[in-house]
Amino acid sequence: MIEVSGVTKAYARTVVVDDVTISLQPGGITSIVGANGAGKSTLLSMIARLVGMDDGHISVGGLDVSSADPRELARTLGILKQENSMPLRLTVHDLVSFGRYPHSRGRLGPDDHAIVDTSIHTMDLDELRDRFLDEMSGGQRQRAFVAMLLAQDTDYLLLDEPLNNLDMAHALAMLERLRHAADALGKTVVMVVHDINFASAWSDHLVAMKDGRVVAQGSPREVVDSAMLNHVFGVNCAVSVEGGCPIAQYYMPAARRTELVRAELAHAEQSRTDAL
Amino acid sequence: MTSLVSPAGVGIRPRGWMLPLAVLCLVVASLVSLFVGVADLHPLDFLRGTATDDQWLNLMASRIPRTTAVLLAGSALALSGMLMQLLVRNKFVEPGTVGTSESAAAGLLAVTLLWPAAPLAVKMAIAVVFALAGTALFLRLVRSLPPTTSLIAVPLVGMMLAGMVSAATTFVAHRLDLLQTLGVWMAGDFSGVLRGRYELLWLVAGVFVAVWFFADRFTVASLGEAHATSLGLNHRQAMRLGLALVSVASAVCLVVVGNIAFVGLVVPNLVSMVLGDRLRRSLPWVALAGAGFVLACDLVARTINFPYEIPVGTIAGVVGAAVFLVLLWKRTPAVSR
Repeated sequence: MIEVSGVTKAYARTVVVDDVTISLQPGGITSIVGANGAGKSTLLSMIARLVGMDDGHISVGGLDVSSADPRELARTLGILKQENSMPLRLTVHDLVSFGRYPHSRGRLGPDDHAIVDTSIHTMDLDELRDRFLDEMSGGQRQRAFVAMLLAQDTDYLLLDEPLNNLDMAHALAMLERLRHAADALGKTVVMVVHDINFASAWSDHLVAMKDGRVVAQGSPREVVDSAMLNHVFGVNCAVSVEGGCPIAQYYMPAARRTELVRAELAHAEQSRTDAL
Repeated sequence: MTSLVSPAGVGIRPRGWMLPLAVLCLVVASLVSLFVGVADLHPLDFLRGTATDDQWLNLMASRIPRTTAVLLAGSALALSGMLMQLLVRNKFVEPGTVGTSESAAAGLLAVTLLWPAAPLAVKMAIAVVFALAGTALFLRLVRSLPPTTSLIAVPLVGMMLAGMVSAATTFVAHRLDLLQTLGVWMAGDFSGVLRGRYELLWLVAGVFVAVWFFADRFTVASLGEAHATSLGLNHRQAMRLGLALVSVASAVCLVVVGNIAFVGLVVPNLVSMVLGDRLRRSLPWVALAGAGFVLACDLVARTINFPYEIPVGTIAGVVGAAVFLVLLWKRTPAVSR
């Protein structure tokens, strides 16, 4: 369980996260959505104790992130940051091995090696295992960092924009793996996702943020509608329900978007008159 | 195109026999180095027992100390360059270009002025303290750079800091007529190494052992503060420890043999191209290659103008600069943050 209570963070008088209180149940995938600068990444970083908070209190799996033993925290929660450039020359295998650092302190036993190999395999990196990270594409590097996170084998996985740099197929594969981690392995996955439709289609729980505050949370069906998109993202668009999950129709030019919104309103009006 | 030695970008796994072979090569080169010099020494004389007392004295008091000093200083310079590159996450820094060595020299100057009769160990301790302060200042400057700063700005900041420290030191030395002494410190030279004057270099062996012991910690720290923290490492503590070790190694080298440019830059970069930056794997190679590089430069310095000697720093500077330029050209900028 992740409990965030009254958390506030300001950078030079600009309040980035403003008195946020949320509590996330263990298991499943939670996505934090919101416009740029809404404070999503900062909140995630504070949960992962990478950024200190000015006020408030956060606990993950019963551990207070600002006071618990760093090693124990590292065995409880792992985070994938947005920025994963690597000026140093490490191979994929080196990097993923360091995922075992909180458990082994660098002296890998047979179990550690097995987990490293599995993680490399899960992220489809077997053929790249001895390649240097600085000579790989952004997407390959992203997968290597996720493999390191998997090797860390924590109950809580935090990911900041895990779909960055990934093409359609790899983005879907990544989400499948996170879904598998949540469903089959019982992990709690919390991620910041850019695209509201990916968030809607893959998450059990959504947290919408605006100007540092949580403005909506719940299941995708409860949260995602035209009014919320307008409020949170400032985009006027229709929402259709496909395969049981709400999908925002935002990819098209403004004229067509408005057309769809009108059609949606007319449809709603029609259903109402029909009901009468 | 991206890498000199491994075109496919695949890390080369050193085979088990390679390290002993490299050690053997270094031992042979060291033996050669022992018998190069003005005085006529032949290995056979020592084996047959026909060497004179003078020859024994020369071997024990001058030749062996000198070769030992070359090996220790070479590995120390390469080692501290490698460690600094990892911790600063920048391939273009080394203690000699970011103010560490200059600060050590400032400390040496200070102690020479204030307590000229201080024992060598005290002078060294003061130099280490100054080196630490200089390195800490460099880190603070780098940390305050905006995150979007280009990678090249980091070594530039170091060079400016080094320039300022060395300008101040030179000014004081000039006023007090110590310029020549300062010049001797800064120019790497092994010709003054004699028994009783180099033993402090063995501290370097201690630094090597410490770096080996903490190798994984330093590599994790090199992943950056966020990753290191996420993996449960106290990043700040690891940085402090690493930079303290760098400062000790480079101050000790400066006090005993002077500054030798480019060793800390070229050797770790070459090793990293082939073996990568995982310290536990690359450390012995960095130490060996550093020792080998300086040994080769020293042999050239002693034979090129025989029987006269050129300071080894000059040779290392010329060779190192050339190699470094080739590295810059050959390497695609895989260094973007």
